[in-house]
Amino acid sequence: MYHHKYRLIVPFLAPALLLYGLLVLWPYTQSFYVALTDWKGVSANRNFVGLDNFGRLIQDPQFWNALRHNGAMLVVLPVVTLSIALLFATLFTQGGRGVAGASFYRVVFFFPQVMAVAIVGVLWNFVYHPTIGLANGFLKAVGLAGLQRTWLGDAETALAAVAAVIVWQAVGFYMVLFMAGIQSIPISFYEAAVIDGASGRTMFWRITLPLVWGHVQVALIYLGIVALDFFTIVQVMTIGGPNRASDVVARYMYETAFSYAQFGYATAIGVSLLFMTLTLSLLTFALTRRERVEF
Amino acid sequence: MLNEAGQVPTAPTARAAPASWARARERWSPGAFALTGVSQVLLVSWAVLVIFPLAWMVMTAFKSDQEIFFSPWQLPATLRWENFTRAWTQASIGQYFLNSLIVVAGSLTFTLLLSSMAAYILARYEFVGRRVIYYAFLSGLMFPIFLALVPLFFVVRDLGLLGTYHGLILVYTAYSLPFSIFFLTSFFRTLPTEVAEAAIVDGASHSATFFRVMLPMAQPGLVSVGIFNFLGQWNQFILPLVLNPDRDRYVLSQGLAFLAVQQGYQSDWSALFAGLTITMLPVLAVYVLFQRRLESGLTAGALKG
Repeated sequence: MYHHKYRLIVPFLAPALLLYGLLVLWPYTQSFYVALTDWKGVSANRNFVGLDNFGRLIQDPQFWNALRHNGAMLVVLPVVTLSIALLFATLFTQGGRGVAGASFYRVVFFFPQVMAVAIVGVLWNFVYHPTIGLANGFLKAVGLAGLQRTWLGDAETALAAVAAVIVWQAVGFYMVLFMAGIQSIPISFYEAAVIDGASGRTMFWRITLPLVWGHVQVALIYLGIVALDFFTIVQVMTIGGPNRASDVVARYMYETAFSYAQFGYATAIGVSLLFMTLTLSLLTFALTRRERVEF
Repeated sequence: MLNEAGQVPTAPTARAAPASWARARERWSPGAFALTGVSQVLLVSWAVLVIFPLAWMVMTAFKSDQEIFFSPWQLPATLRWENFTRAWTQASIGQYFLNSLIVVAGSLTFTLLLSSMAAYILARYEFVGRRVIYYAFLSGLMFPIFLALVPLFFVVRDLGLLGTYHGLILVYTAYSLPFSIFFLTSFFRTLPTEVAEAAIVDGASHSATFFRVMLPMAQPGLVSVGIFNFLGQWNQFILPLVLNPDRDRYVLSQGLAFLAVQQGYQSDWSALFAGLTITMLPVLAVYVLFQRRLESGLTAGALKG
């Protein structure tokens, strides 16, 4: 029996373990060392430079510029996305009333989530296009031609325009997530509240929100990770421009590595990104901790 | 609308909601929570915001470049199907589509096979190092892919896998393993042990027990993991961008992003819109067909991951 066991365990586990070790664990482990070198991609030329890369990072204005944009996204994305998603989820579920056309809305709102971020980016590049784009066309049609802009070419609007696309894509997903949470709340809580004369708003703040807090927490961490990454959408829509006005850390890292071949320095940026992501997740968890309500 | 509220079998609440929801709905005074006009306006506006860009894209795909520039708001004068032919052949959307199909078919198969085998062992067998291996897989969920990017590029290059189908397939599979193994391990743990034991008593080998008995039982879990990984792998952008430099091998999202830059210069806008539409339609079809499963697969993934 014992031998039989290992005759199964080894061949079942080995392929996954080998592949994972070689292509995931090994690169991850290596990166902590590469970050401490001045590697430019030629194997022979790899000098250990200690923490020099990180010293350079702290003084790199382009890194701070990119990080500032990630920081802005970190505030804007969760606030806007979660507000809209919670509002819609509440409209569809709380009080147990079906909204006319609810399933239609649900299908429509969720759809952007299934599309690739890169494809969504290309689509919205056209929407924002200064001459043939839908955005400017719409403004002109409703008589607000004065508000027309070159959305992605204007340093003031580029980052906001990109962020709006991510909100557009994410709202439906978090709405469905919250709806699942709200539906697991016993209906008797709401019935009791209605008998006590509570308004819809009170019920939202006193019943719904506290009881879906676990879902909100998960959503905050997810959106935090999205805000710290943000690579694909920026790379596809603006390449960080104009003049780095919508640059983010991940894209700066990609450029540093694959355009300028400064692999050591780029990896140091990657390591800093890891620590930021981990810190953020832990912070979110600690700051949003509430007593768990069992029901 | 009020009557409808009482019996909404298709309403979003109907699926997971206990029967009491439906009952409560009937009893509730409509006034308590009347959906105000404001909320209806909000819902309609968001629906328009989602549908409009997509509808506009499809409409524009049928126009000529002239029309795109000079009458962006009118319906196309004639339906120019040739835009789609041009996108499929000249703009290589067909080639990109095929590349995506090959890579994702391969990586999805490998992901499901390798992760279900590993997850089964981790869930059902006690052996030295089981915990270490399980947490090693799990740790992959914590790290951003960016951290690995540079070393990964060189590992793949040194293995001679840069810009190859099998290279991408192996990398996609490797990066799908942590979540899949995590999900399937907890799934296998929920399955009853008696059936497998009975199979062994009846003389089936351990591997036959897995493939003939356990895998079929695990089908719902495999479907969830499959959907989750299909979308993730089909929509992957950063990995092919770094590891797949050969233009003939571009996958769909990568190729389209490239075209968007290139066609802009050549200003063959109509082909680009057609290409975008071609890319979007299969996803839309899959979504409409499997909407519920997709939704639950994705949200369950988020809550577990």
